[in-house]
Amino acid sequence: MSGYTSDPRIRPLEWLPWVVALGAFFLLPEYLSLGARILTYILWALSLDLILGYAGIITLGHSAFFGLGAYTAGILGAKYGVTDPFLQLVAAAAAAALLGISTGALILRTKALTLLMLTLAITEIVSVIANKASWLTGGADGLSGVQVAPILGLFKFDLFGRTAFIYCLVTLFLAWLVVRRLIYSPYGAMLTGIRENTARMHAVGAPVYWRLVLVYTLSATLAGIAGALLTQVNQFVGLNVLGLEPSGDLLVMLILGGVGRLYGAFVGPIVYLTAQDYLAKQYPEYWYFGIGLLLIVVVLFARGGILGLVDQWWQALSRHRSSARASAR
Amino acid sequence: MVASALETQKLCKSFGALTVADNIDFRLAPGARHALIGPNGAGKTTFVNMLTGAIRPSSGRILLGGEEVTKVSQAARVQRGLGRTFQITTLFRKLPVLDNVALGVAERKRASRHMWKPASRHAEIKDEAMALLATLGLADDARTPVDDLPYGRQRLVEIAIALGLKPKVLLLDEPAAGVPSHDSGRILEVLGSLPGDIAILIIEHDMDLVFRFANRITVLVQGQVLVEGTPQEIAADRRVRDVYLGEATHA
Repeated sequence: MSGYTSDPRIRPLEWLPWVVALGAFFLLPEYLSLGARILTYILWALSLDLILGYAGIITLGHSAFFGLGAYTAGILGAKYGVTDPFLQLVAAAAAAALLGISTGALILRTKALTLLMLTLAITEIVSVIANKASWLTGGADGLSGVQVAPILGLFKFDLFGRTAFIYCLVTLFLAWLVVRRLIYSPYGAMLTGIRENTARMHAVGAPVYWRLVLVYTLSATLAGIAGALLTQVNQFVGLNVLGLEPSGDLLVMLILGGVGRLYGAFVGPIVYLTAQDYLAKQYPEYWYFGIGLLLIVVVLFARGGILGLVDQWWQALSRHRSSARASAR
Repeated sequence: MVASALETQKLCKSFGALTVADNIDFRLAPGARHALIGPNGAGKTTFVNMLTGAIRPSSGRILLGGEEVTKVSQAARVQRGLGRTFQITTLFRKLPVLDNVALGVAERKRASRHMWKPASRHAEIKDEAMALLATLGLADDARTPVDDLPYGRQRLVEIAIALGLKPKVLLLDEPAAGVPSHDSGRILEVLGSLPGDIAILIIEHDMDLVFRFANRITVLVQGQVLVEGTPQEIAADRRVRDVYLGEATHA
């Protein structure tokens, strides 16, 4: 996928997620709130795939941008009477972009374990600030009473999550179009080059550091938008959007789905959050056990995630078919 | 005097008490075919890494086309016309051969900032990369991942990437390293056909290749320039025989 030899046209199979989403909207009306939550996580996972899967930046701090976006939208809606959903999104995106460019410029000269620790430190710092500034953020109690006006003045956020679902779906669709374009562009090919061999990229004259700062900022912006969506859907923000735990969960989701495949970001959150929803109802105290088991199985038997496994099966199947055809002759 | 294509003045590098480059004065003439030889541990790789900007010298100056670049970043030196190949094959192993070359061409054309139009529709980049592959006899491998190529061809890809940068100065770090001798002929052929206006510095252990390719040779021993001269002068030099050629048993 991506690069100078690949066909950039959208293949029929790539429409499948959108067909599934619209199908879910009509067939599973009682699950739309969960669905909207899944959509926001898909957007967030997509932003992580851009830096981890394509540019090869490892991070445990992606919740800093998600959380900042969530709090920006929440504070505007709860404290400052800015209730227009698009204004909240734009403000969240801008705040996350600003944090992305300033922290990215600081930490992206490092790599591997140092980078991992620095990203973790940044989200923990943001988390502590959110906790201490309780006059603004509600602290440990969270920020409730977030006001979100009807979309375009027409569509109210309803109890069943119908508006929220379509709103998140449209936002995700637009983000997907942008990310997909980016990945297939020369810039995307260049990011793959940095991931595959940084020394070689330096040697062909690429200012690697600046390129990484830029993609990190773009990714942070998308993560901020995802965070704002979550706030608007829940009309509440809590401290659980910041720190190590949500970052780790997100990483697990993306690894489950498949890193660097664009659609791993779709499959991972669906599997993870559905499993979580089911397991938490069945075994409220042990649901993490099920998730852990799932991750172990994937890491042991499907290093490319669920999509990697599908790929292998597909290739085996088509080999089998072509050999069957050859022997039939 | 015409400005050198590449020049170092009193270039020094020490790691603690260990001096690996000791006052190296070196001049690469425009269009030169110049070889740098020396026994293992002479500091050849360190010298090359200082030229490219991968490591900073402790003191001294580096001039590229007459302009000082001692403190200029690696990427900026490439943009000013300094290309290199690596002793240890440094390629995008999982990517197709075409992408390996196109990524370099795109950097030279300042095209990798484009974020919207698909890479495969940037014909100006693809066509140039394809043309380059064709001249090196790699056209049929364009869509093959580098990992699936025989080693000798991977060495050619290494050269193709460097040529895609249209360098004025080209540093070839053991271009035939590890290539079986029956395959190295093709590499020598390619080196022989490189455009005459590129100044080339080749670091090589294969004396056969050095003496066929270079018209000027510098011998580096323990971080110092022992002697510089034409291949005939070097072959006749007693000191060189003592420290180097006498013990040269490399294939």
